[in-house]
Amino acid sequence: MIIVTYVKHVPDAEARLSTEGGRIAVDGASFALDGMDEYGVEQAVRWKEAGIAREVVAVALGPAAAETALRTALALGADRAVLIETDDDLDPVAQATPLADAVRRAGADVLFVGGKQADWDSAALGPAVAEALGWPLCDWAIELRVEGTTLEAVHDVDDGVEAWSAPLPAVVTTQQGLNEPRYPTLPNIMKAKRKPFEHVALAGVAARTSTLAAALPSRARRGVRLEGDPAAVAADLVRRLRDEAKAL
Amino acid sequence: MDVILVAIEHVDGAPRRGSLELLSAARALAGAEPVTAAVVADAGVADAVAPFADRVLLLEGDGLRAPNHERRTAALAAAAREAGATLVLMAAGRSGQAVAPRLAVRLGGSLLEDVAGLRRDGGAWLGERLAYLSRAVLTVRSEATIAIATVKAGTYPAPAAAGGRGEVRRVPIASVVGDDLARPGERRAAGRGRVALEEAEVVVCGGRGVGSAEAFEALVVGLADDLGAAVAATRAAVDAGWRPYAEQVGQTGKSVSPRLYLAVGVSGAVQHVSGMNRSGTVVAINKDPEAPLFQLADYAVVGDVHAVVPALRSALAGMD
Repeated sequence: MIIVTYVKHVPDAEARLSTEGGRIAVDGASFALDGMDEYGVEQAVRWKEAGIAREVVAVALGPAAAETALRTALALGADRAVLIETDDDLDPVAQATPLADAVRRAGADVLFVGGKQADWDSAALGPAVAEALGWPLCDWAIELRVEGTTLEAVHDVDDGVEAWSAPLPAVVTTQQGLNEPRYPTLPNIMKAKRKPFEHVALAGVAARTSTLAAALPSRARRGVRLEGDPAAVAADLVRRLRDEAKAL
Repeated sequence: MDVILVAIEHVDGAPRRGSLELLSAARALAGAEPVTAAVVADAGVADAVAPFADRVLLLEGDGLRAPNHERRTAALAAAAREAGATLVLMAAGRSGQAVAPRLAVRLGGSLLEDVAGLRRDGGAWLGERLAYLSRAVLTVRSEATIAIATVKAGTYPAPAAAGGRGEVRRVPIASVVGDDLARPGERRAAGRGRVALEEAEVVVCGGRGVGSAEAFEALVVGLADDLGAAVAATRAAVDAGWRPYAEQVGQTGKSVSPRLYLAVGVSGAVQHVSGMNRSGTVVAINKDPEAPLFQLADYAVVGDVHAVVPALRSALAGMD
C-alpha cells in the first residue's frame, strides 16, 4: 500500500492578524504543519511501521514556504515529499484536480487529508479531492483499520458516530482522536534533510472563488461581572438573562 | 435568471431545521423567481416542504434511502442539472460539508463554504465566511456559473407561513457503479434524542474546570437538560475521556452559534473560542477571575462551578 498524506502550512493559532488591501496579513507569524494534518501523517507512519504501507508520500500545494511543513512530515517518518508550488491563492475546489493528479502519480491507495484547514477554516479539501479522484470518502475518522483490501472506519457524524467501510482506494479526513501524533526527534529532523524532495510547478489553474474583502470583527459584549453568594449570583444571572439579554 | 435549488436534509422523517431555514433564504434571494427544493428519497419529507417551495424534486433510486455521500452527490447533481440551478443551498452540517465540495467539483462550480449571509452582486454570488480560526471575516465571490453554498444554521429564520403548494415531481436517479462503494454502517447517537449540536439554540459547554466525568454529568448535562440545550465539551474535557468527540466545540471540533452559550469551567483557549465566538449571549462560569473567556462573555460569573451551577439550576426551576 502507498499512502499520500496531505500537509498544509498554516500560521500559528495565536498569530497576530491584520488586514491589508482587502486581505488578511499574518505578520511575523510562525508557520507550522496544520495540527489536523498531523493525525494523517501519524497514521500513515504507523501503517508503514506495521508493514501495512510500503511508502508514505507527503504532498503539499502552496508557496515555497510550505517546504517547512513537508520537512516536518519527513521528520515524522514520511519517506518522500512533493511540493506542488504556486503563489496563486487557490480555493480547495480549485486545488482538488492538481492534488488528485499528484495522488495518481504516486500510485496511492489511500489519501489522508486533515479534517479542516486552520487558515481557510474549511473542511472542503478532502471531499473535493475524493470527487476529483472518483474515490469514496471517509470524513472525520476517529478509528481506522485495513482488512485485506477494505478500509474499516468509525467516523463522527452530526448526531453521533457511525461505522463505515469501503474497498481501497479511498480518501480519509483525519482529526483529533484518531491517534496521538508523535513529536519529531532531532536525529529524525536531521535525517529528513536527506530524504527525496520533489518540486512540481503549478500553473494555469483557475480559482473558483476570489476574496474581495477581509475584516477583523470584534463583537461587542456586555462584560457584566457577577460574583459573591452563589444563590444571589444565580438569581441575578437568571433575571439578567431573561430581562436584559432576552435569552431565556 | 437565477435558479435556486435547496437540498433538504431530513432526520427521522422530518426536514432538519437548517434545511427549512434555507427555504427562507432561497425565497429572500430568489425575488420573483421560483424556488426548487430537492428531497432525497422521502416522499413524506417532500410533502412537508412543498408548502415552502414552488417545486419539489423527489429524487428516487437505488441506495438513496440511506445514502452515502457519493450517492447523495449523484442525486443532487442530477437535481441541479434538472433544475438548471445557478445556486445550490445546503445546510452546513457534516453531510453538507462532505457533499457540497463534491457537487462543486462534479458540476464545475464554486463552493461558498459555511457562509453566514449570501447576496447577489452584479453577475456573481457573494458570501461572508469566517477564516483563521473564526478570527477574520472574508467576503468571497463565486467565479463559476453555478455556486454551491453551505449555510450556517441560524443565519436565516425558519419559514413562517406556507407560501403555497409546491408541485412534487419524482426524478429517478440511475445508480452509478462507484457511488455504492462506501457503506455506512451502524450509527450510535450521541445521546438521548438531543438536538444536533450545530443547530441548537442553547448550548451548555463544560471544560477542564468541571473536574470529572461524574461532575460533568451532574453539572453540565443536568443544566443542559433543564434548558433543553445541547451538550458541548472542550478539547480538554474530551481528551480527559469525560465526553465523546461528537460533543467537542472548537478548532478541531464543531462550530456553534446558538442564541445562548453557557460555558462551565471553560478557560477559553483560542482554539475553543474559534468554535463558539459567533454565539449570541455568552455566559462564562469560572473560579479563575483571569479566565480568557471572561473577555468574550456577556456575563462573567466568578465562582466555583460546583456551587454556582446547582444554584443556577434552582434559580431556573424557580423561574415562572
